[in-house]
Amino acid sequence: MTEAWTYPEALWTVKDLFVYPNEYIYWSIQIVMYPLMTGLVAGAFVLSSLYHVFGLEDLKDMAKFSLVFSFALLIVAPMPLMFHLQQPLRGMEVFFTPHFTSAISAFGIVFFSYSIIVVTEIWFVYRKFFVEQSIALKGKEGIGNSLKQLLYSVLTLGAYDIGEKALHKDKKAIKILAGIGIPVACFLHGYAGFIFGSVKANALWMTPLMPVIFIMSAIVSGIALCMLTYIVIMEWKKFRIKTSRKSWEVTAADVGGAEIDLIKNTAKYLVGFMIAAITLEILDLVFRGYTAVKSWEILRSVIYGKDFVDIFILQYGFGNLLPFLMLVIPGLTIRRTAFALALVIFGVFMMRWNVVIGGQAFSLSFAGYMHYNIPFIPDTLDAYKEGFFGALTIGLMPFGLFWVINKFIPSLKYHK
Amino acid sequence: MSRRDFLMSTLKVAVASALPLSAFKFLSPAEAKAAVEAANVRWGFIVDTYKCVGCGFCVKACKIENEIPYDAPVTRTWVERYLILKDGRMIADTPLGGRDGFTELKIQDEVVEPKEVAKAYFVPKLCNQCENPPCVQVCPVGATYQTADGVVLIDRTWCIGCGYCIMACPYGVRFFHPVYKVAEKCTFCYHRIHKGMKTACVDACPFGARQIGNLKDPNDPVTKIIMTERVAILKDEYGTKPQVYYIGLDENVR
Repeated sequence: MTEAWTYPEALWTVKDLFVYPNEYIYWSIQIVMYPLMTGLVAGAFVLSSLYHVFGLEDLKDMAKFSLVFSFALLIVAPMPLMFHLQQPLRGMEVFFTPHFTSAISAFGIVFFSYSIIVVTEIWFVYRKFFVEQSIALKGKEGIGNSLKQLLYSVLTLGAYDIGEKALHKDKKAIKILAGIGIPVACFLHGYAGFIFGSVKANALWMTPLMPVIFIMSAIVSGIALCMLTYIVIMEWKKFRIKTSRKSWEVTAADVGGAEIDLIKNTAKYLVGFMIAAITLEILDLVFRGYTAVKSWEILRSVIYGKDFVDIFILQYGFGNLLPFLMLVIPGLTIRRTAFALALVIFGVFMMRWNVVIGGQAFSLSFAGYMHYNIPFIPDTLDAYKEGFFGALTIGLMPFGLFWVINKFIPSLKYHK
Repeated sequence: MSRRDFLMSTLKVAVASALPLSAFKFLSPAEAKAAVEAANVRWGFIVDTYKCVGCGFCVKACKIENEIPYDAPVTRTWVERYLILKDGRMIADTPLGGRDGFTELKIQDEVVEPKEVAKAYFVPKLCNQCENPPCVQVCPVGATYQTADGVVLIDRTWCIGCGYCIMACPYGVRFFHPVYKVAEKCTFCYHRIHKGMKTACVDACPFGARQIGNLKDPNDPVTKIIMTERVAILKDEYGTKPQVYYIGLDENVR
């Protein structure tokens, strides 16, 4: 067989019954990761804005963390697309010759506008810190300190005034930016949904609800990931306090107390958004069944047949219902929350999977099916990029980036 | 030189160098007219399903003509075989796009007794060169575009390989070129029809099941068929306005 090496898609697509010859699962795992990552960015930002714009004081600590975390996620958001492109070196051409009728090119523009908002907001939030660091490090010996001093003085952008008036202005700017950021974040993810929802050739994707469904699940996933990361970091901190010999400013009990309060408060918002997300998804499903247009026959066979486990057991059961119950049953503990959050993120991943892969599971002939076998062993570049390890790389990237960024912009240590 | 002067001069230089020389080129009225005038050619295609015998010559010819690797499991054009059974069931297939013809009796892992068959036919497919092509609409870089004479082409040097156009095409005619790693599809053999030749598949068809012509010429045989006979298009509901017309299309054909 010469087919496999000449055509990587043929490696992971299994065809069944009558499928057109050029049909394959072209949008594979990276295109599942793409809306997942953009959704996480949007969700993390919305979470941070809940405090900045609406003044929800109970989210103050979470807001600062999620803003910086959303920045780390933001850098990773276009990466899955880069991994997926057959010509990744030409990726920038989207910005040179934007074709405004294409949702992808509009996405690029929204993404850049959004990046500017996030970076600017972070700068306003941390300007005082940059100035303080720049002054504190001045004259300190050692090449590390000099470099750090240089970095912080560059980051101040020459704005050294940290008087009350100036800081008040900063706060105002943060509020405005966070306010503009919410619709732009929703727009960013709405566009990711629009990329699918506007494909009229695909019976599963073609619904005007798609952008809204994507926005809601994005907020759910972003909040859940921020909470889970926060818990992991705090648990690690508690562990360090308990096991290390040096004295700490706080006790493990203090950290634990602060942690559970914050998590309980944030969980309330998460549950609210989860209800909205699941309602929309079920509405879409009911609507399709009720109207039952020509494509419904094949869609039904995919939804209730071939993808039943993926959709109803994994996505709705383990990804929605179970964590929902875990979060609403009284006496919430950190361990239970963490487990529920991991399930929520898994649920959103499965939703993306079922949309992207499920949308390609049936042939345009409406008389055949395709199954995607995710490449596991990365024996070729394509098998890596479009396989399990490519997705894992993308999934781990924001944490690595956050670790680096947090060294300079400490979102968890610094208190004004 | 003061800082203000320096910044002003820098700005002036930047603005001046940003103006490309072409901005000063003036088009003659004739040139301008030629650029915007609607073409007097609109390529269209006729597929006569009554004449197709599923020999696969067209698929072979297309692969060779357009340098689509012969054994790659993708093709610019293909032929589908349909069997409608007496119990109303439809079974169809297109092994290797019908490249080697339909010599096997087995269809979808099933051997059907001839007495069970109510009707059987072959349907060739190719890019519909839509009047309203969704692939052109969704291309984020404009690498896929429509010429004035209605043919949709792809710029291989500019396509980023995102696959959005492949997803957007309701007819599934697009694929990634196994060698060039960019979107690929039937171009109505644009390089040939421009020289007055027929497409490779039209030339290869021994039965005249495929024909190409100029829809703007009322005397063109293809135009005459479309104007005077009962023809149909594929997937009308998508509003893409295909310019490949079928004679003898069956409701089972999608």
